[in-house]
Amino acid sequence: MDLFSNLAMGFAIALSPYTLMLAIIGCFLGTIIGALPGLGPSNGVAILIPVTFTLGLDATSALVLMTSVYYGAMYGGRISSILLNIPGDEPALMTTLDGYPMAKAGRAGDALVLSGVASFVGALLATIGLMLLAPMLARVAYVFGPSEYFALYLLAFCTLGGMASNNQAKAAIASCIGLGISTVGISSGSVMPRFTGGNLHIYDGIDFLVAIVGLFAIAEIFFFIEDHGKNSPVGVDLEKTTVPWKDIWETKWTMLRSSGVGFVAGILPGAGASLGSFLAYMTEKAIAGKDGGFGTGVAKGIAAPEAGNNAAAGGALVPMLTLGVPGSGTTAVLLALLMTLNITPGPTLFTDQPEVVWGLIASLLIANIVLLLMNVPMVKIFVKILMVPPAILLPGVTMVSFVGIYSLSGSYFDLLLMIGFGVLGYVLRKLDIPTVPVILGILLGGNMEDALRRAMTLSDGEWTYLFSSNISIGLWVAAIVGFVAPMFLRNVLRKPQRVTD
Amino acid sequence: MASDRIFGLVMALVALAYIAGATQIQTSFLPDPVGPKAFPFGVGILGALCALFMVFKPDAEPEWPTLSTFGAIAAAAFVLVLYAYALKPLGFLIPTAITAAILSYQISPRPKYAALAGLGLSCGLFIVFKFALGLGLVAFPKMIFG
Repeated sequence: MDLFSNLAMGFAIALSPYTLMLAIIGCFLGTIIGALPGLGPSNGVAILIPVTFTLGLDATSALVLMTSVYYGAMYGGRISSILLNIPGDEPALMTTLDGYPMAKAGRAGDALVLSGVASFVGALLATIGLMLLAPMLARVAYVFGPSEYFALYLLAFCTLGGMASNNQAKAAIASCIGLGISTVGISSGSVMPRFTGGNLHIYDGIDFLVAIVGLFAIAEIFFFIEDHGKNSPVGVDLEKTTVPWKDIWETKWTMLRSSGVGFVAGILPGAGASLGSFLAYMTEKAIAGKDGGFGTGVAKGIAAPEAGNNAAAGGALVPMLTLGVPGSGTTAVLLALLMTLNITPGPTLFTDQPEVVWGLIASLLIANIVLLLMNVPMVKIFVKILMVPPAILLPGVTMVSFVGIYSLSGSYFDLLLMIGFGVLGYVLRKLDIPTVPVILGILLGGNMEDALRRAMTLSDGEWTYLFSSNISIGLWVAAIVGFVAPMFLRNVLRKPQRVTD
Repeated sequence: MASDRIFGLVMALVALAYIAGATQIQTSFLPDPVGPKAFPFGVGILGALCALFMVFKPDAEPEWPTLSTFGAIAAAAFVLVLYAYALKPLGFLIPTAITAAILSYQISPRPKYAALAGLGLSCGLFIVFKFALGLGLVAFPKMIFG
């Protein structure tokens, strides 16, 4: 009964005209951001967060807007995958394998509608999963003490870094950069300044929004300058769109299975939507066997990754809301939003601010319906928007980033810092060093250090206290496995082109 | 391979400087068995080890842009720095139009198109930010238009 009363409260918030309007705007913007090659959900949310603050939105409204952008971007990623063979974002990569061949065979409209329906099924089931699982996990998290939280943060760094790079040392160095940046400013435990060099601007630490926008948005413009806009969308060709009922009916079990696979992949800290879509595709390919025709433009090859990646996006919200540990790059950015709004994600969020959580869950359910309505009949509008040339789009994104950050602090120092992070992001990505662990380090570094210091205070400096409970031992083991396992799994997981072999 | 080695070496030096900086952190009067130094020490040591790993076991060389493209990226960064300094004294419209035009030109080198893109973005974004979103942006330099 709790569930229904909570959900009723959530819908009461989400169905207010203002929140509903924000959800629709978020869905629309998110779909465009996801569809444009180069701008993924992480970039989209990162660019829009400062603007959200300047609008003075309350916590629930800001969260609804940003998660609608997140879900919208997950939907939008498939459009350029199918029409251009360029994934709008990494999770949409697997959709190119069958989506583009189907479009080339003259069924672009069918592929877009089918993938839209699969996205809807995946995201809807994941939101229901989030609704059922998150409160349960939150109750478990109540028994977490500082040693468990320290181990949990370690797990997040190990798994997120492990999956995000081809080289574990590089993933670890990225985490260290982030953690190092998090120590700049006044130390929360002892009120002593650290690594400030006497600069008053950084006594409060380095704002993670500045770092996020720099690493994601400003770095992107440098890549576009390097490419000279080679990723410019050309050759979009879309005839009439109808609903391919036969394909939808034939792929119903694929959508359900893939949603389950994607949701579980999303819950695992660090795995994210890319792994969700990959595993869903591989599972269906294995079930279909050699006669399945995967890679030639079959309906199941489109339904599986789309249901998988959208379900993973919902799944990634579970650890973020219940434990305060993001399950993917975009949820790391959303975590920054929560922390800036003075909302502490974790088990207490469900009891202290139920209106935020349940308003969000109800909004996600509504956003899904809005996205289905947008992405099936209105798909031609998004295809037209896809034609915006990068020479207009990227300068526009840069200016939005500048205004967003400037309006938050009014300080040119933050703008210079943002450009510095942009340069750092460019160099890191060139060297295949993932940027998400940097963000995670800046976000969670303070909490991780606090957990360590509280654990040591409780145990009077006894280090073995960090391994004193079964939960913390389990998390340490999972962290080590999460760091080591990708070394062996990488050949399979990082080379999706083998799927077509 | 050289790129990883150079980056690893730079990061190792940064980590050493960071550890040296950590030794200078003042401990507080509050009772704390760990203190404000331990965490930075741990991060610094781990960072230095990973950086050394990059030096001794580098990956294949990434595909770096040509010298002229590098120059274009450096120029873009420089333009953005100037933009950051110009926003306050010169207002939104003029610096945004110039910066957006330069960035647009760097992505697609067509002067007329870039100028129009800069002008359009500047005016369009100003209308959106000022009137739709209600931000307190200043359009022109105050010294000219008050």
